Amino acid sequence: MDHLDQLEAQSIYIFREAFARLKKIALLWSLGKDSNVMIWLARKAFFGRMPFPALHVDTGKKFPEMYRFRDHYGKEWELDLRVEPCPPIDAVDPTLPPAARSAARKTEGLKMALAKYGFDGLIAGIRRDEEATRAKERVFSPRGLEGNWDVRDQPPEFWDHFNASPPQGAHLRIHPILHWTEADIWAYTKRENIPIIPLYLAKDGKRYRSLGDQDITNPVASTASSIDEILVELEQTKVPERAGRALDHETEDAFERLRVAGYL
Amino acid sequence: MNMIVTSASPATPNGTTRPQVRIVIVGHVDHGKSTLVGRLLHETGSLPEGKLEMLKAVSARRGMPFEWSFLLDALQTERDQGITIDTTQIRFRTNSRDIVLIDAPGHAEFLRNMITGASQADGAVLIIDALEGVRDQTRRHGYLLHLLGVKQVAIVVNKMDRVDFSADRFKEISDEISAHLKGLGVTPTAVIPISARDGDGVAVRTDRIGWYKGPTVVEALDRLEPARPLEALALRLPVQAIYKFDDRRIVAGRIESGSLAAGEEIVIMPAGKIAKIKSVESWPATPVAGRQGAGRSVGITLDRELFIERGDIIAHAGTSPRETRRLRARIFWLHDKPLNKGDQLLVRCGPKESRATVVAIEKAVDPGELESSENKAIGRNHVGEIDISLSNPIATDPYTENPRTGRLVIEVSGRIAGGGLVLSVDAGQRAVPVDIVPVESALRPDERSARYRHNGAVVWLTGLPASGKSTLAKALERRLFTNGGSPILLDGDTLRAGLNGDLGFSAQDRSENIRRLAEVATHLARNGHIAIVAAVSPAREDRATARRIADTAFREIFVATPAEVCESRDPKGHYAKARAGTLASFTGIGNDYQKPEAAELTIDTSTRSIAEAADEIEQMLKITGVLFDELADLAANI
Repeated sequence: MDHLDQLEAQSIYIFREAFARLKKIALLWSLGKDSNVMIWLARKAFFGRMPFPALHVDTGKKFPEMYRFRDHYGKEWELDLRVEPCPPIDAVDPTLPPAARSAARKTEGLKMALAKYGFDGLIAGIRRDEEATRAKERVFSPRGLEGNWDVRDQPPEFWDHFNASPPQGAHLRIHPILHWTEADIWAYTKRENIPIIPLYLAKDGKRYRSLGDQDITNPVASTASSIDEILVELEQTKVPERAGRALDHETEDAFERLRVAGYL
Repeated sequence: MNMIVTSASPATPNGTTRPQVRIVIVGHVDHGKSTLVGRLLHETGSLPEGKLEMLKAVSARRGMPFEWSFLLDALQTERDQGITIDTTQIRFRTNSRDIVLIDAPGHAEFLRNMITGASQADGAVLIIDALEGVRDQTRRHGYLLHLLGVKQVAIVVNKMDRVDFSADRFKEISDEISAHLKGLGVTPTAVIPISARDGDGVAVRTDRIGWYKGPTVVEALDRLEPARPLEALALRLPVQAIYKFDDRRIVAGRIESGSLAAGEEIVIMPAGKIAKIKSVESWPATPVAGRQGAGRSVGITLDRELFIERGDIIAHAGTSPRETRRLRARIFWLHDKPLNKGDQLLVRCGPKESRATVVAIEKAVDPGELESSENKAIGRNHVGEIDISLSNPIATDPYTENPRTGRLVIEVSGRIAGGGLVLSVDAGQRAVPVDIVPVESALRPDERSARYRHNGAVVWLTGLPASGKSTLAKALERRLFTNGGSPILLDGDTLRAGLNGDLGFSAQDRSENIRRLAEVATHLARNGHIAIVAAVSPAREDRATARRIADTAFREIFVATPAEVCESRDPKGHYAKARAGTLASFTGIGNDYQKPEAAELTIDTSTRSIAEAADEIEQMLKITGVLFDELADLAANI
């Protein structure tokens, strides 16, 4: 087994545990490279078809390429796709800095979708290497009744035994690719020939390393126009992956506040 | 020290050429874990652009001197209080390794987070403050590394600048901790004097520690080996789920040890059922050929339909795990409320869960204390050995035989409260929860058999509906009673009206129905009676369960009346209803009846009278030692 085989086997194990131990789960599909890899892994875990819904909490501000990708592959992969809207910006905590406030719409949209469907588990494609607070996450991460993350009281988790009993009305976040890195995602995407949104590939000296809302996501300088070139670029770069995500950099704790409130 | 792979090399940065090793940094609070991590990242050129500047700015904003720990303490509360609350992970590279560094909190209050971090590690760095020396969390973390199965441990004696780089002080600490770890069966791979703040001993041997000839921290990390999958051990495939998404019935799980391939015979534990692997399924390409080894998440199909459930373990016959209802484990306890004898728990061994009772507690100590006294209960953050009695049989191994399957976790109120290693397994022993004290009968078995002229037995009549089971059972009951014996009829339908009134006719409910019949019948047999059970019991597996429960007292009689004859009799009108479609899951038409292959006796009631059939049964009971042979007895008395 090589490195990618090991990552894959671990993710499949997590998917199967989530499906066995929770009653009603959904996968959060952000249309980005990470959640596409997740869907691929879920299809491997369940032998072809993902047996639970793919939930797209739609801010309405994604790139047109992303919507095209969603509509095409939602059908091709036979996903049970649920698209749920987000509330307008006025409904969001005004004390947050502008970009974070914009991103927080997604948290609110997520809460509305949770209330609507009553999911007890949401599968999310976050990774430890992306961002410092995500590095402190559990694979099965309990959320409070309000969807909040109590980082001071995370339960112990070891030997692939997961805490899978959320209190009534609360839910769990399940993170099947927490242990992957950005380079792992690309190497696996290439090996498995998983489709990607072309915005990730360089055009006119720029490419997107991470895709979010159009108004708060910026491309980075790059000449990598293929996955191979992206992998070479990642070998050498010291620029963090989420450098183009405005919401991460507004204040010291902006991202942590978002996450504690239930952001991904 | 950072090695950049050239662009010409294959584009698998964390891939096949460089091993990935996960290392946890543990030790007492404030002994310098986070500082060492920060220093390692700096020395290996692994810090992201702008990170150092950001940290300096954060420190300045708080009016604090520059703190490496701010790099890892990502949470506002951690920075405000200057303590690490939860484990974090960060990656860097040495000359020959991709390293995932796990920084674990040293504060006793957050031991659950230290365990969460350390359980994922291949190796550990245990850090000790040169001035303070070995402290309680140093010892506790050392003990937990041993319990978590982390065998490669490097010791780092930090803050050597605070003891003027004294070789004597270093040796003192080195001797003390080495002795402590060796007592636990852990041999340190290196003991290294460093100053994480200044950099001595981290990546370079400076003049100030010129007397030290061993490896630097980076060199020591380079020598740690990644954990290897346990392919050389016996096959263990714990079943996570059974999927029926299409016409395939796929048994899914991760191979924890050993390997398997299509065509091989396997045994499903704890029930002990045998089957062959028909195929190894996958996606997008399926089926897959060749051996599948430890670490793989697989799906297999079997050559026959068996009742398998989540938590069963698939193994090869001859090297299967032991079935048990009782085991001994060495555990660590994380719950606020101490663990006491008699406590009810939920135990998880892989995907298998079982309710359990603590039967005994021994060697309960605080591993942080130097000479700790033994307690009756296991307190929070303490360790101990416990005997547990399980309400469901599980299949498991002692951890010395299989480190993957020989471990368990304990849950209280849906939250993981502890975990540990299986020390030993009492094979086949029945559960005896401490709050249940079985009362022994006042009579001895031989007193009863002397009166009844027979031993206790379970006579199990199986066959299609209307095959004549109940008629035969009644005739046998009358005959044994007439001869002075103590027969008791247990009719499946009669028991369904009371004891089994909560059960329906699904495969699972049928199994439970049979299990209860067998338990009741066995109890009667142990007390010298002959329990006559008349039950369709169509599943071979369920009858095998009944035989296992009644053990040597079991006598199976197959009432093999042909199906046409049964249907023409139809005294209860069931066949007619089933044909009309108003009686679902009725054995005989819709469900398959699985004929016994090794019954003690087979009787066709369409070719002989009831009396003749009863004769045959009586004869079989004599031959198999249930009924005493009168002539032989008489001869013995002369």
